[in-house]
Amino acid sequence: MTAIDPARRALRANPGLPADSDGPVFAAPWEAQAFAMALALHEKGVFDWAEWASMLGETIKAAQAAGDPDTGDTYYRHWLTTLERMLTEKEVSTPADLTACRNAWERAAARTPHGQPIELRTEDFKA
Amino acid sequence: MTAHDAHDHHGHDHEEASELSETELRVRAIQTILVEKGYTDAAAVDAIVEAYETKIGPHIGARIVARAWTDPEFRQALLTDASKAAAPFGYQGKIGDHLVVVENTPKRHNMVVCTLCSCYPWDVLGLPPVWYKSFAYRSRAVKEPRAVLAEFGVTVPSDTAIHVWDSTAEVRYMVLPERPSGTEGWTEEQLAALVTRDSMVGTDVLRVRGNIPA
Repeated sequence: MTAIDPARRALRANPGLPADSDGPVFAAPWEAQAFAMALALHEKGVFDWAEWASMLGETIKAAQAAGDPDTGDTYYRHWLTTLERMLTEKEVSTPADLTACRNAWERAAARTPHGQPIELRTEDFKA
Repeated sequence: MTAHDAHDHHGHDHEEASELSETELRVRAIQTILVEKGYTDAAAVDAIVEAYETKIGPHIGARIVARAWTDPEFRQALLTDASKAAAPFGYQGKIGDHLVVVENTPKRHNMVVCTLCSCYPWDVLGLPPVWYKSFAYRSRAVKEPRAVLAEFGVTVPSDTAIHVWDSTAEVRYMVLPERPSGTEGWTEEQLAALVTRDSMVGTDVLRVRGNIPA
């Protein structure tokens, strides 16, 4: 699988990543998605792993200063926050756009009956 | 992984609408923006996630089964209230609500499907396999379970009833497979190593193959 080699490089750069002897492991699907998106951005040359590791380190430090229990369960929450910060820093997006899109997904979920795919529509972006 | 799969394993019980957790909302927002701006496409993210299919979720089902085989009290508690009984095995001591464990016996073979979508107890079994989400499995499991099982290489004796359980938003089923003969005196760890994911969905019947696992 072609995804494995970039993942190994990501793992070398981020020794805190939850992993077993084969590579990364995830507690939930969203964690794998967050991991995959960082991988995709890195492949596109948006950031290098040293930059990522340094920003992730700052994010974790800030969270710990704010009382994060640091049990290891929260690693991907920090990963996700780092992803958002990186998008802003690299001017891929803005916090306002990210929030608008998050809210749109919330509206989309609320109008979608269980069992059907949740899909975004233009109207979801209108408050 | 499609948008569909990600939402249907989460807590929106007792509600008709779907619900996404805060982290899921943020993940989807990022993905939408990245796709829109051409940094990635949904298929690329799916491909990476699928590469890790077996690495997602806690995969604690086998340990739960092994405990049920060796501890009759636990077995009873599990069959009575699986979410509660299995909680100590779960991530941060929790298992999603409404897990129901159904027990295979010589008289009854249980099999699980989600005809509507792909509801699956991922917090005990990890991500669902591709075939579980396929239209073929979803449409045929209820109508012709024996034929479907045969395709998995499983023959259920004709005097064994087959019960197909259709998962919903409210109830996620897991099968407690029969303990295979020839495993007397095995430790819980040895037993757990024998339990396949498919056996907990009801598309595999366990037997001892070769040597006792270390």
